[in-house]
Amino acid sequence: MKHTLSVLLLNKPGALSRVTGLFSGRGFNIESLSVAETLDPKVSCLTLVTHGDESIIEQITKQLHKLIDVIKVTDISEGEFVEREMVLIQVKAEAHTRAEVLRVIDIFRGKVVDVSPTTYTVEMTGPESKIKAVIDILRPLGIKEIIRTGTIAMARAPKK
Amino acid sequence: MKKMTGAQAIVKCLQEEGVNLIFGFPGGAVIDLYDELLDSDITHVLVRHEQGAIHAADGYARATGGVGVALLTSGPGATNGVTGIATAYMDSIPLVVLTGQVPRALIGNDAFQEVDIVGITRPCTKHNYLVKDPADLVPVLREAFYLAASGRPGPVLIDLPKDVVASKVNFPEKKKIKMQTYQPNYEPHPGQVEKACRAMLKAKSPVLYVGGGVILSNANKELTELAKKLSIPVTMTLMGLGGFPGTDPLSLGMLGMHGTYAANMAVAKSDLLIAVGARFDDRVTGRLDAFAPHAKIIHIDIDPTSISKNVGVDIPIVADCKLALQAMNTWFDRLKDFDPKDFAARHQPWIERIDVWQQEHPLTYHDEGDIIKPQYVVEKLNELTGGDAIIATEVGQNQMWAAQFYKFNKPRHLLTSGGLGTMGYGLPAAIGAKLAYPNATVIDIAGDGSIQMNIQELATAKQWGAPVKIAILNNGYLGMVRQWQELFYNRRYSATVMEVTPDFVELAKAYGAVGLRAKTKDEVEPVIKEALATDNLVIMDFIVNREEGVYPMVPAGKATTEMLLV
Repeated sequence: MKHTLSVLLLNKPGALSRVTGLFSGRGFNIESLSVAETLDPKVSCLTLVTHGDESIIEQITKQLHKLIDVIKVTDISEGEFVEREMVLIQVKAEAHTRAEVLRVIDIFRGKVVDVSPTTYTVEMTGPESKIKAVIDILRPLGIKEIIRTGTIAMARAPKK
Repeated sequence: MKKMTGAQAIVKCLQEEGVNLIFGFPGGAVIDLYDELLDSDITHVLVRHEQGAIHAADGYARATGGVGVALLTSGPGATNGVTGIATAYMDSIPLVVLTGQVPRALIGNDAFQEVDIVGITRPCTKHNYLVKDPADLVPVLREAFYLAASGRPGPVLIDLPKDVVASKVNFPEKKKIKMQTYQPNYEPHPGQVEKACRAMLKAKSPVLYVGGGVILSNANKELTELAKKLSIPVTMTLMGLGGFPGTDPLSLGMLGMHGTYAANMAVAKSDLLIAVGARFDDRVTGRLDAFAPHAKIIHIDIDPTSISKNVGVDIPIVADCKLALQAMNTWFDRLKDFDPKDFAARHQPWIERIDVWQQEHPLTYHDEGDIIKPQYVVEKLNELTGGDAIIATEVGQNQMWAAQFYKFNKPRHLLTSGGLGTMGYGLPAAIGAKLAYPNATVIDIAGDGSIQMNIQELATAKQWGAPVKIAILNNGYLGMVRQWQELFYNRRYSATVMEVTPDFVELAKAYGAVGLRAKTKDEVEPVIKEALATDNLVIMDFIVNREEGVYPMVPAGKATTEMLLV
């Protein structure tokens, strides 16, 4: 099953490689990983998407927690959460497909951020499922290049 | 706050931690620190290879319970230490390893003797540091000692750029270390303790399965109290030997791949397995689904990652073994109408059942006239030292025979590379222990193969007055691999025949040590007696039965009840 882990760790050289080294060394997989500074510049937040059954996720969580540079590990997919990923897609836009590409982008509420005589570069955000959907739709029209940020996620604030 | 050089600050930190003995090998990157050591009261033991320095510090740590310290230079000095660090990591041994590094300005430039040792040792240290800011030097050293010794112990490495060691630093007052990201849990959860104790009240065929955690947390007294209070038989892992007296009637000896028949059968038939500071290693469990299939499992461990890693646990207790066992003992002491005699009576049928297993297949070997059996040598060592020596081992058959036939009654008397299985560990570890306890008898039980992996440390032993006794069980083979080849590879002895082996008696002499040899059974006892009587470093070369095997043996991947017996 897919799990999204949010890991707070000290913003120190080598801290990230302790995390990635743990995954490769123990044979856990990383589907996507995204990391940047938090409000506190001494702390980074890392969002990590991984697969595994309950016992593997338990091991991953415990092993991450054991790293000295890691402050907190939360499996945010255990509760309600919002997730977003951003993608930049350079898609072919020939005379006969330009209108169709724009329509698709519009439906997915994407934004054209760069234009050339034969291409559009599109920026799009959304949960992973939406990113996947737009890629599937655009693929037959001719995707030239694609860059994804990987998922970032945040637990929903309590409603009461 | 007083300004001093980095080197002075490091020495002062070591003194602050009570370190008076370190092991190392100098080089360009650490020359400032070596210069400072010359004027300090810290004894630096010069080894002959950096791996030896780490193992010696490790042996010192295992024997004393303190933190072992090693000092290596950059590049090859540091990489030579990696096997030693990984050895300590696998067995949770507290070490602080200081390595030199090229000056900060050169880091990343492929400078002479530069290596990214922090990167290399990341997966085999508890934590490591590269000190880039001189202001961090003192806090990092203090934190390293704290990390190495607390929680689940382990090796911590500090990489020291040459110019940081040479720079001027402050020496702030020492404060209690509190880390935001690291707070090991020592106290057991009372609710879990109660659950565990209630399970023990109900059990009919319980077994205590004891690992190295009991040694590391100095919990042998508490463990013995619990076992005796409830009349629960005790089996130990290789790392746990000595955690419970090996000669006690409740001791089943070691379990697992080369464990006793009774221990493996008892675990397989138990209805409650109480794991204390053990980690369900594959050498212990054999085929996982057949390990303790009928048992409810209680697991005490300070490291949450050990719990339910390999085997699902019913009652986990994340805590220090000593405190958890204490809490259990107290729980029973407070229990109304609790009488140890009731338990002795209730467990009597179970203990009798185990006795039958013990009588059916005791630890034994075939005596073959004049030929020296390696097990006999270990038995004689046990007898002639009163079971009281500190025993280091190499890895392989020698290690298993030592574990089976030496009856460890006290903790910290077996120094052996359990997790990593590092050949060449025994001699330097023995030296470390002997320097810690100069009056103790320290014996390295070795094979003719593994002794050669760090044999250069004979010079270290000689130079620093560490007259350890080395007992080589010489069969001219890399015996354990040969045994596997005999059993599972149709006796095809690929690369396990030591066609050339030095004359160990002459070799001993070359190092200024005493060399003794026994070729027949009746020569064993006089050789051991002579070795124990001399003050000098000794090599005893026992020419043993060449194709002797270690039994019982559970073939890899089989259930622990599927033992090959003598």
